[in-house]
Amino acid sequence: MRRGAGPVLAGLAAVAGLAVALEMAVAAGLIGGFVVAPPTAIAGAMPKLLFEEGVGRAFLVTFASTFSASALAALVGIPAGYLLYRHAWLGRAYENWIAALFSAPLILLYPMFLVIFGRSPAVCVAMGFLVGVIPVILKTREGFLGARPVLVNVARSFGAGEAEILRKVLLPAARPAIFTGLRLCLIYAMINVVGIEFLANLGGLGFLVGEMFDRYDIPAMYAALICLVLTSTLFYALTGRAERWLGGR
Amino acid sequence: MPLRVAGVSKTFAASDGASVQALDDVSLEVRDGEFVSLIGPSGCGKSTLFQIIGGLLQGDRGTVAVDGNALNGSRRDIGMVFQEESTFPWRTVLDNVAFPLELAGLGKAEREERARRFVRLVGLDGFERKFPDELSGGMRQRTAIARTLAFEPRILLMDEPFASLDEQTRILLGDKILQIWRELKQTTLLITHNITEAVQLSDRVAVMTYRPGRIKRIVEIDLPRPRSSEIIASAEFGRYVGLLWQDLREEASRGMADAERTTA
Ligand SMILES: Nc1ncnc2c1ncn2[C@@H]1O[C@H](COP(=O)(O)OP(=O)(O)OP(=O)(O)O)[C@@H](O)[C@H]1O
Ligand SMILES: [Mg+2]
Repeated sequence: MRRGAGPVLAGLAAVAGLAVALEMAVAAGLIGGFVVAPPTAIAGAMPKLLFEEGVGRAFLVTFASTFSASALAALVGIPAGYLLYRHAWLGRAYENWIAALFSAPLILLYPMFLVIFGRSPAVCVAMGFLVGVIPVILKTREGFLGARPVLVNVARSFGAGEAEILRKVLLPAARPAIFTGLRLCLIYAMINVVGIEFLANLGGLGFLVGEMFDRYDIPAMYAALICLVLTSTLFYALTGRAERWLGGR
Repeated sequence: MPLRVAGVSKTFAASDGASVQALDDVSLEVRDGEFVSLIGPSGCGKSTLFQIIGGLLQGDRGTVAVDGNALNGSRRDIGMVFQEESTFPWRTVLDNVAFPLELAGLGKAEREERARRFVRLVGLDGFERKFPDELSGGMRQRTAIARTLAFEPRILLMDEPFASLDEQTRILLGDKILQIWRELKQTTLLITHNITEAVQLSDRVAVMTYRPGRIKRIVEIDLPRPRSSEIIASAEFGRYVGLLWQDLREEASRGMADAERTTA
């Protein structure tokens, strides 16, 4: 389906507009230049980040940690969600516990992971996995539960077996919900990965933001933050691609 | 006899511990190439019988046999069209219709070619690449019918396929169904609560009682074939409608009284 360039341009225009407004606000002294760097200064700090501070490497570290955490979460969470759907008893027993875990501030567990894994990216992956797997489980179960029984009956009336029903009816019906779960997973995983990089000085973009802040290089800190935003945008685009590739619309 | 339903009964356990007897000793036969309608008031057990005949639900007693053989696991015998919206929203019209052929293991080219034939048969040519949410309710239901026809079942079994459609669309689709039925000579059992539809389409109409559902009587519709919807204006047609309504009125009022009692 063709979407046209209009919405993309409108989005970019809004970002540019905000940047100009911010620039003028700082120039006019409405916002202190010590807390907020003007966009021109942020742009000016980019080359330094790129060539001196190794933002490319930092990006790769954060990207790899978040991606591994999310991939693991999908690998575990989708089958787990299916089990909670398939065995209603399991679903009733554990859904509330898992949902409760979702709202718990799990990031506070990071010292424990530091003890288990040592100071390595494995801590970030484990932490990202732990928070990311929860929405995948919950949304997958929800997606399967939302599959209309008549569609299963249609397949059955044509002689489909359980495996075919799963592959050709339940999974496609649950696909939008599963991808919602995966998007949430990426968001939560990335927040936690970056948070721990920041807190435990584990490298990656989170560490870089903290480092720039410690040096009180405010423009560079914002530039690093923008790299973070771009990373999450990239993840968002990738899930959209994956969903369409799997036959979604 | 292509389809023979004998002595089928079914009782459901309701959630409050009470039980609902949906079907009581239902027997019915459909002859080769015949079009039979089963008509009854809402809640009389029509969909329950539909599921039992289709093999999706187990009856408590009784048998369903196709060509003298009791229904078994192999499911080439009965093709079902469901009461609710049942197209796969993530598949195009063509892929929906090709679904049973895909399950049968046909290659892409062959199943698309075959599916196209049935898409054309229900008058949806030009819409092959559309998704269900781009179609009207009537077109979606025609897609579902084409999908079941593509399965090429021995018997076509439909449960109120037009229930959610407006009267005009319903009558026109009735014409379409008759045209397809002439072309395929498909043995058909149509479940409905619409008297006009039953008379318009059928060779025989079986009237069901309100809960527990039984066959109250069977009316031969002796109207000339081929028929078109224009027949609705004839006096003969009106006479059949009146006759069936007399039978149904009593059952429908019982159903309504029952509904009022439970909601009161
Ligand atoms: N799975 C079930 N569990 C319990 N009761 C059921 C179940 N399915 C149907 N019933 C009951 O059996 C009766 C017959 O239901 P059924 O759906 O067969 O009626 P119907 O004739 O198809 O009605 P309608 O014309 O409204 O579609 C109803 O009273 C219904 O509440
Ligand atoms: Mg029904």
